[in-house]
Amino acid sequence: MAGKPVLHYFNARGRMESIRWLLAAAGVEFEEKFIESPDDLDKLKNDGSLMFQQVPMVEIDGMKLVQSRAILNYIATKYNLYGKDMKERVLIDMYAEGIADLLEMIMILPLCPADQKDAKLALIKDRSTNRYLPAFEKVLKSHGQDYLVGNKLSRVDIHLTELLYYVEEVDSSLLANFPLLKALKTKISNLPNVKKFLQPGSQRKPPPDPKKIEEVRKMFKF
Amino acid sequence: MAAKPKLWYFCGRGRMESIRWLLAAAGVEFEEEFIETREHYEKLKKDGCLLFGQVPLVEIDGMMLTQTRAILSYLAAKYNLYGKDLKERVRIDMYTDGILDLMLMIALAAFQPPGEKEEKDAAIVKKAQARYFPVFEKILKDHGEDFLVGNKFSWADVQLLEAILMVEELDAPVLSDFPLLKAFKTRISNIPTIKKFLQPGSQRKPPPDSRYVEVVRTVLQF
Repeated sequence: MAGKPVLHYFNARGRMESIRWLLAAAGVEFEEKFIESPDDLDKLKNDGSLMFQQVPMVEIDGMKLVQSRAILNYIATKYNLYGKDMKERVLIDMYAEGIADLLEMIMILPLCPADQKDAKLALIKDRSTNRYLPAFEKVLKSHGQDYLVGNKLSRVDIHLTELLYYVEEVDSSLLANFPLLKALKTKISNLPNVKKFLQPGSQRKPPPDPKKIEEVRKMFKF
Repeated sequence: MAAKPKLWYFCGRGRMESIRWLLAAAGVEFEEEFIETREHYEKLKKDGCLLFGQVPLVEIDGMMLTQTRAILSYLAAKYNLYGKDLKERVRIDMYTDGILDLMLMIALAAFQPPGEKEEKDAAIVKKAQARYFPVFEKILKDHGEDFLVGNKFSWADVQLLEAILMVEELDAPVLSDFPLLKAFKTRISNIPTIKKFLQPGSQRKPPPDSRYVEVVRTVLQF
């Protein structure tokens, strides 16, 4: 009987959070080992555990997986959250890549120099309102179904819901003109596994704390 | 009878080149329409072809696909270059995703100010030699097979060859410490479909020059 997946990352959202969301939504219990010092990271590197010397790394099914996309693809396939055929899969992939692009912008915002922050924030708001949110609202409107692809829950509903929470954290008014996205967010949030993950005390990580980021940057020298 | 896939992009490598490589490796003929003006780009957007307002765009099997990785995954699956099962697929995903990270650095380096480009190129070569090439040298050494995954030609082999050739353009002797990668390069280059793609006159694009950068900047307005 396989053990639980083990996630190796910092005690933060970063590039691991989407993986946490997907595992949680799939009802999969997982363990976490947090990297808290450069020594922790060095140990993983020296063990040969990190293919490209980077985290996220997830131990699952006897493998040490790296590259968040590869990990997400694996989990989605394993837990039947990747559509029923190639055509559904490519739609899921297209949507997921767009979501990942916006997620990335939001994720690295706390790391950008103070003098660039306002411009980056404005860009995030612009991209959300004019590029990404309208695209997904349109998808939902075009088929009138509850889920983005194939009238069935898939990974991309989870990724989008996660993204919508972050967009709201950036600026709660950004979702105002997207009723179908709001409805999707509510529906997915009420799925038992997701509901549980959204409760306090779950493995979901809080928004980045600027002071903590500063400490981590000093410690890891980046 | 299906029409040939059609590619919309600038007349240069950028994010489309990996797609050209994979189609070529699979022996699939494709058409290309080059974007050279802002007007052309705006028309594509207005026609609703671009899900997130971005290229690459590939028309295939009745679908308008965007997002490079979504397109590559679809092609790999369609042309049986994605391994035989989930475990092989996740390895292909890990390898290609890592390589794509490296290749994105190279693609973006073209847009650096002239003074900084040399420095950027040197950093890329260093990263290739320190982080990426050793991994693939070791993989080939450990299993002693001709191809990266499952003893069979896959997307991962195409992606790695493309990356090797691109890094060699920055620094010719970059493979000097990697004998197995040198042999790999020769072997994969001699696969008939790839050999054909490497000939002058194929749809393979040259390294980015200042004209290419100018066109992209003008069309995308940055």
